[in-house]
Amino acid sequence: MTPDAQATALVSAILLPLLGAFGVQILGRFGNDNARDAWTILIGLATFSRVASLIEPVMAGARPALALPELMPGLGLGFEVEPLGLLFALVASGLWILTSLYGFGYMRGHYEKNQTRFFTCFALAISAALGIAFAGDLVTLFLFYEILTFSTFPLVTHAGTEAAVKAGRLYLGILVSTSVLFLLLAILWTSTLSDDLGFHGGINGAAPAGLLDGKIEGHAAALLLMLFAYGLGKAALMPFHRWLPAAMVAPTPVSALLHAVAVVKAGVFTVLKIAIYVFGIDMLAKDGLSDILMWVAAITIFAASIRALSLDNLKARLAYSTISQLSYIVLGAALATSAAAMGAGMHILMHALGKITLFFVAGAIYVVSHKTAVSELNGLGRKMPFTFGAFCIASFSIIGLPPLGGAWSKWFLVTGAVDAGELGMAAIFMLSSLLSIGYLMPIVVRAFFRPLPDGVDDSREEAPLLMLLPICTTALLCFVTFVYAGSVYDLLAPVMGLAVGSGS
Amino acid sequence: MTDAVTVHHAATEALSFRDHLPALQVLLPLMGAPLCFLLRKAALVSFFTVAISFACLAISLTLLGQTMGGEILIYEFGSWPRPFGIEYRVDITNSFVLVVISLVAAVVFAAGPGQARRSIPVGREYLFYSAALLCLTGLLGVTITGDVFNVFVFMEISSLSSYILIALGRERRALMAAFTYLIMGTIGATFLLIGIGLMYQMTGTLNMVDMAVRLQAVSDTRTILVAVAFVIVGISTKLAVFPLHQWLPNAYSEAPPIVSAFLAATATKVAYYLLLRFTLGLFGAALIFDQIGIDILLMPLSVLAMFVGSIAAIYQTDFKRILAYSSIAQIGYMTLGLSLATEAGVAAGLIHLFNHALMKGALFMVAACVMWRMGSTHIDVMRGLGQRMPITMAAFVAAGLALVGVPGTAGFVSKWALVTAALENEAFFIAFLIMASSVLAVVYIWRLVEIVYFSEPETDFEVKEAPLRMLIPTWTLAGMTIWFGLFSGFSVEVAEAAAKQLFVGLAGAGA
Repeated sequence: MTPDAQATALVSAILLPLLGAFGVQILGRFGNDNARDAWTILIGLATFSRVASLIEPVMAGARPALALPELMPGLGLGFEVEPLGLLFALVASGLWILTSLYGFGYMRGHYEKNQTRFFTCFALAISAALGIAFAGDLVTLFLFYEILTFSTFPLVTHAGTEAAVKAGRLYLGILVSTSVLFLLLAILWTSTLSDDLGFHGGINGAAPAGLLDGKIEGHAAALLLMLFAYGLGKAALMPFHRWLPAAMVAPTPVSALLHAVAVVKAGVFTVLKIAIYVFGIDMLAKDGLSDILMWVAAITIFAASIRALSLDNLKARLAYSTISQLSYIVLGAALATSAAAMGAGMHILMHALGKITLFFVAGAIYVVSHKTAVSELNGLGRKMPFTFGAFCIASFSIIGLPPLGGAWSKWFLVTGAVDAGELGMAAIFMLSSLLSIGYLMPIVVRAFFRPLPDGVDDSREEAPLLMLLPICTTALLCFVTFVYAGSVYDLLAPVMGLAVGSGS
Repeated sequence: MTDAVTVHHAATEALSFRDHLPALQVLLPLMGAPLCFLLRKAALVSFFTVAISFACLAISLTLLGQTMGGEILIYEFGSWPRPFGIEYRVDITNSFVLVVISLVAAVVFAAGPGQARRSIPVGREYLFYSAALLCLTGLLGVTITGDVFNVFVFMEISSLSSYILIALGRERRALMAAFTYLIMGTIGATFLLIGIGLMYQMTGTLNMVDMAVRLQAVSDTRTILVAVAFVIVGISTKLAVFPLHQWLPNAYSEAPPIVSAFLAATATKVAYYLLLRFTLGLFGAALIFDQIGIDILLMPLSVLAMFVGSIAAIYQTDFKRILAYSSIAQIGYMTLGLSLATEAGVAAGLIHLFNHALMKGALFMVAACVMWRMGSTHIDVMRGLGQRMPITMAAFVAAGLALVGVPGTAGFVSKWALVTAALENEAFFIAFLIMASSVLAVVYIWRLVEIVYFSEPETDFEVKEAPLRMLIPTWTLAGMTIWFGLFSGFSVEVAEAAAKQLFVGLAGAGA
């Protein structure tokens, strides 16, 4: 592709979901539901194909870019595709198609109201997520970060009940105030240190140098790093994590795509991006700059896992599991070694596939049997074998067992911890794996090995095909990513300072 | 710096029409006001007023064009040179402010007639328009003049006419609000006059440039220190700097909406300009910051204004009161810019002057639209208006986002400039406080968004969209908050050049 064609693909990837949102509104009002939903899928496929068309040039070392008019003299907006962002964009746009299919089944099976508004906001959120993925500098990233927060608010409060509105306020309150108080401040601080706010470098085998390298040090640098980490409230670092369990009042497709993939990954993706491009891995490793962040992430991993063990509500348990897993990525960034950063990057993909499957299953159970508590799942595996089979596979991937994708990311994370000489952190990863067995496996065991409650027949009662298909696809993808992890490695290697092809 | 400045003395050369523009800027609305009496008929008068305000806009844009390169225009009335005559002195700073005033006047007055008919007895419209034109005259005059006593005179013209305009509000409370404003405004003006008198006593001139030059010799006398105090307190009252802000919420919320839109976007901006002109221009940065340390006083007051204004805004139940309290906070941002005592800080203040005029003007116009259709601006009548008045409410969201400071809006540019200026001073805590107060802005704006979009209307009678005549001005201002958020080159460059010129001081600029 020529640079122009690449830039076109980049822009159309961000604009297509907007067009999708517009079309959903029109078709929702004047057409019928089938046309509206077909349109969503069509746009989803088109968006994904645009994003996918960028893989080849980016792996060849190109950085498709587009500059927008300057906001202020010297403060330009722009997009630039780099490997990490491309991976995030692939995950978000690819899983959007599956979630849309699943969403049609869920929303119809559940006779939800305001479906048009729902799918409109969904498309807007995806556009914002792609904007974050392709943002060429901190200001553009901040802009789309805020759009993502606001466009997902109507989705969180979809039910319209008092509880939903309250949860929505908490959601918005934490995400907006952290971003304005800490993130924007951190960006402004960075701008006084460095004239350039762009994400550059990582093309010819050397890891990006980092904008701030040599410009700030000691406590000030550690403070700036923490401002960034806490400013990215979407990464759900403790104690700013409560919005995520609160957001579980949303319909399950929202929890699945947004609160297991797009929104939360936007947070950790940005943490990783800032660690690599703004600070630079080398700078983070110096003088224990990232020690505080490392410990905050480690505590979050551990505490959230413990909390997940104690929760009976399935979605809440998954939410805390997400909080814990997100901090894997933050910890990977904070360890500041190439292998750990690679593990963190891979975990964006691997955790997304696993966790979205788990949420899909939770929604399927809810639609079929209206059960939300773990303790009510006894014997359900016999009625829904495919659904719970997928749950089991995805759980193994989250735990990190081969032959599933999650095994690779955990492998690199642990290797990275050992490289950094942080054996304690390696132990945290191991401990967390044990804990995730503790909160995920009982669900599988209950479903398959406990008897059904009295008076319930064990006839098959799977979720509608529109829901079952995405569930099985994402579970299958957990296998596929194990086999093709090498390609992911090759994609990410240049920005981590690793040689292409030196992985698996 | 001084040799780069070209001073253009209009009086010393053959005069063309173009050279008379500074005088026309003020004389046009001044002559227009009595003409309103003669025209009488409502439709005619309104057309006439709008025509005059657009002419003022054209003049101010021309003046800005002429002074953009750092040139200074001097217009001597009756060709009497100073110190004998009164002179108008146009540089980039006040031509920038002139553009803001006349722009808002032109846009807001265009929506005027319909609004006036609702709040003013039939047959008395011409009184409203002549008061409005007099107010415009006063504001433009204060800004353009190069004579300190002239400043006082024009300030009184604008104040007296604005008391009339505010008293036109629907409720009887408007009279009380106007009266409070009158008392506070008069005290402020008196303080200013006392200050001017003391300075005149020490320097023997009323011309700003002369005075600035002569002040340098006597700047350490007690008389001048007292004069500085009187002047600053007097202007601060007009500017509604915390804790001299009590008149503002009532005045802005009880006035007819169109008047609120006009005054909120212009009156305090002119006061801010005056503060800069007197402190940096007349007294000079050395006296103000190094000798007196005004920044030490102004900074905590600004921060308090930011928080008190925003927190009070959160608890109001009337849309216009929310906006009024928010203005107090926004004025805090502007004075904070000055208190940083750097060019970047003053530039940030000026950028915010421009941007805040646009967004507050737009928001008060939204309030005018709501008032027009619902007869009230209580937040309960705004329930579910998102569906009923979608175009108006979209303007509310656009301007509201700007007030919060979301990227892509003018408010972000202000915030960026202000926080960067604070960080350059290594005032990290101040930067953090600016952020914290903008979180409060999120709260009071989002509270309204929830009411407008996510709640059901209380009544089910049909509500139509606001008339086009009001939507166009509303969206002109709202659109500009977006435009100047995306293409802020103009506002930022002008403000930076103006700040640079201000810091040179009138004494340093010569001429």
